[in-house]
Amino acid sequence: MTPSVLLLAIVALSLIAFQVGRARALASVGGLRGVRNLHSLPGHYGLLTALWCGIPALLLALIWWSAQDQVLINLVAAELPADLRNLDPASFSLFLNDVRNVVAGNIPADQVSTETAGAASHYLRLRTISQWSIAVMALSAGVIALLIVRSRIRPEFRARNRVERLIEGLLFLCSTLAVLTTIGIVLSVVFESIRFFNIVPLTDFLFGTQWSPQMAIRADQVGSSGAFGAVPLFAGTLLISAIAMCVAVPIGLFSAIYLAEYAPYKLRGIVKPLLEVLAGVPTVVYGFFAVTTIGPLLRGWGVELGLDVSGESALAAGLVMGIMIIPFVSSLADDMITAVPQSLRDGAYALGATRSETIRQVVLRAALPGIVGGVLLAISRAIGETMIVVMAAGLAANLTANPLEAVTTVTVQIVTLLVGDQEFDSPKTLAAFALGLMLFLVTLLLNVIALYVVRKYREQYE
Amino acid sequence: MSSAALPVPQGIKTVGTVTVAEPVFSCRDVNVYYGDKHAIKGVNIDIARKQVLAMIGPSGCGKSTFLRCLNRMNDTILGARVEGQIALEGQDIHEKRQDVVQLRARVGMVFQKPNPFPKSIYENVAYGPRIHGLAADRGELDDIVNSSLRRAGLWEEVKDRLNQPGTSLSGGQQQRLCIARTIAVNPEVILMDEPCSALDPIATARIEDLIDELRESYAICIVTHSMQQAARVSQRTAYFHLGDLVEVGETDKIFTNPRAKLTEDYITGRFG
Ligand SMILES: Nc1ncnc2c1ncn2[C@@H]1O[C@H](COP(=O)(O)OP(=O)(O)O)[C@@H](O)[C@H]1O
Ligand SMILES: [Mg+2]
Repeated sequence: MTPSVLLLAIVALSLIAFQVGRARALASVGGLRGVRNLHSLPGHYGLLTALWCGIPALLLALIWWSAQDQVLINLVAAELPADLRNLDPASFSLFLNDVRNVVAGNIPADQVSTETAGAASHYLRLRTISQWSIAVMALSAGVIALLIVRSRIRPEFRARNRVERLIEGLLFLCSTLAVLTTIGIVLSVVFESIRFFNIVPLTDFLFGTQWSPQMAIRADQVGSSGAFGAVPLFAGTLLISAIAMCVAVPIGLFSAIYLAEYAPYKLRGIVKPLLEVLAGVPTVVYGFFAVTTIGPLLRGWGVELGLDVSGESALAAGLVMGIMIIPFVSSLADDMITAVPQSLRDGAYALGATRSETIRQVVLRAALPGIVGGVLLAISRAIGETMIVVMAAGLAANLTANPLEAVTTVTVQIVTLLVGDQEFDSPKTLAAFALGLMLFLVTLLLNVIALYVVRKYREQYE
Repeated sequence: MSSAALPVPQGIKTVGTVTVAEPVFSCRDVNVYYGDKHAIKGVNIDIARKQVLAMIGPSGCGKSTFLRCLNRMNDTILGARVEGQIALEGQDIHEKRQDVVQLRARVGMVFQKPNPFPKSIYENVAYGPRIHGLAADRGELDDIVNSSLRRAGLWEEVKDRLNQPGTSLSGGQQQRLCIARTIAVNPEVILMDEPCSALDPIATARIEDLIDELRESYAICIVTHSMQQAARVSQRTAYFHLGDLVEVGETDKIFTNPRAKLTEDYITGRFG
């Protein structure tokens, strides 16, 4: 019985359980006329029976399926001839991989060695047995649960309240799953980073100014020092983010002020949604714009001014990233400015303040914490932004403050470290996890501060 | 100052005497529209110096709207249109050469909900003098802040914490801060729109006492929902109904012996 058939069977069993529970509840009060003597509606008894029948069966099946492959492979491996089992671990796991591939149909069985083919058919036989046994177990668990619930149904049984609790539990399970996934991702990054720091000392990583992650494969290879100093990457990230902020904060803020305080009602109704659409443009499109338009443009200007602008420069990437963030800053700032109560504006006007005085000295002053929070969020977006810098900033890990040179960023290096065929335990690939962890910590810190500031600000006017 | 009242048009419906000798404000045939809605219908009234005028009437009858005409705060409302003559010391405030900023410095306003700026107590009071350049140096500014807070009866409570945010004060203190902020620019008239409706009875009593003191220096117009308050603080009362000014008169007379039927119904609590 394949998993999908078993799933259908469980659903069918649950439907039967619904009818059984409902019928039992009705029977306990002598048919439809006695419904008012039931504590809950008949449907509640049915739903409760169905849930109690379906959930254990489903859970059992899910647990079994998640463990099945590991168990079966171990069983197959144990039956293999001794000379195969005594292979070194790497070749042995390669062999098992072949077996799996044959089972999955990725490799035709007639193209592999007889040992592999034999192991594969052994695996398949075991899997059929396993699937039948889980089907029997899951369905009987469902039936047993059904019978237990059915036997407990009496008129005063509080099915309605229990259904509530079950549903609450289900919802809780889903939200826990989301949180656990996040924690799992973070933990996996942390563990890989720890492996990296076992090879490369933390201080070298944090304070080293040399970044060239190419490890020498042969001793006589040149240009492969294998230096993992992350300072140039963070400096590059900082430089590009700073340029982006220099573009995004003034333009975003001023456009927000115009929209919130000056723009006619109709114009605001058109421009604000437009800005929000702009925020949804995929960043790869901005990257394109940086490479094909801004980069060459800056270079051309550089030539005219007698400056040496490299084709991939921090300036080009920063400018375009700033343009990308403008809608974000402007939309957030606009929200903050419109959240300032009208009574504050009235207070200033009534004292004889002009419009720009009111905006500068009262409205912006009141909205400042929220705007600062928004800018922090924007910075954390800039730091984590990948596509634009991959396309426009370059790969050279220069430690420089000159925006006309090519620099590289943390995100760009993570991409380059992981692109292509890599061994997952070389320091080079592990370095990507360490960089990812650092990036995660920095943006997390920024976001926490920003959310705190924004929340504080919101409370003030509620 | 030449500030005789403007002539009153013939055949007005308002009961009582709308004119006073030497008025600060003289309003003639004032109409306000919000889009199509006619919110104030041909109101004529003078406002006297050193006296409190109370405006009463059921909700939505146009008291706030009329009050906002006097410092042109209706200008800030989209779709609001004001017609008629409103003369401050004989000068029509709607004239082209009238500077709104100047007008609002002369006619201060206190709002229903205390609205201190997100600044320190000191800066709240200093704000008006700063933007109008009333103080030559820091010493003068200190003096203005000090005397305004004293006159608003707040000095003793805040003298040690002038640098704390204005929002850290209690509601009643915030409202007195707003009054201090208003008198810091030395206005001629103070408009108050239900200044006590967000306050508890004790804070209300303090503000009422304060209004009584301020009357010695300023003309005051106060909108209130409480007839007791109108009776306590005002010398003259105006009763509004659905945009009409129904009756104006000395407060004592209006409350003991109203002449218009509508006024009587309102005061005896038949509607409101
Ligand atoms: N900004 C506005 N836009 C449209 N109508 C308004 C506005 N403000 C007040 N009104 C209307 O004008 C009338 C008078 O309002 P208002 O002066 O606030 O009354 P009061 O202060 O006496 O309660 C009401 O009917 C109200 O609905
Ligand atoms: Mg009102």
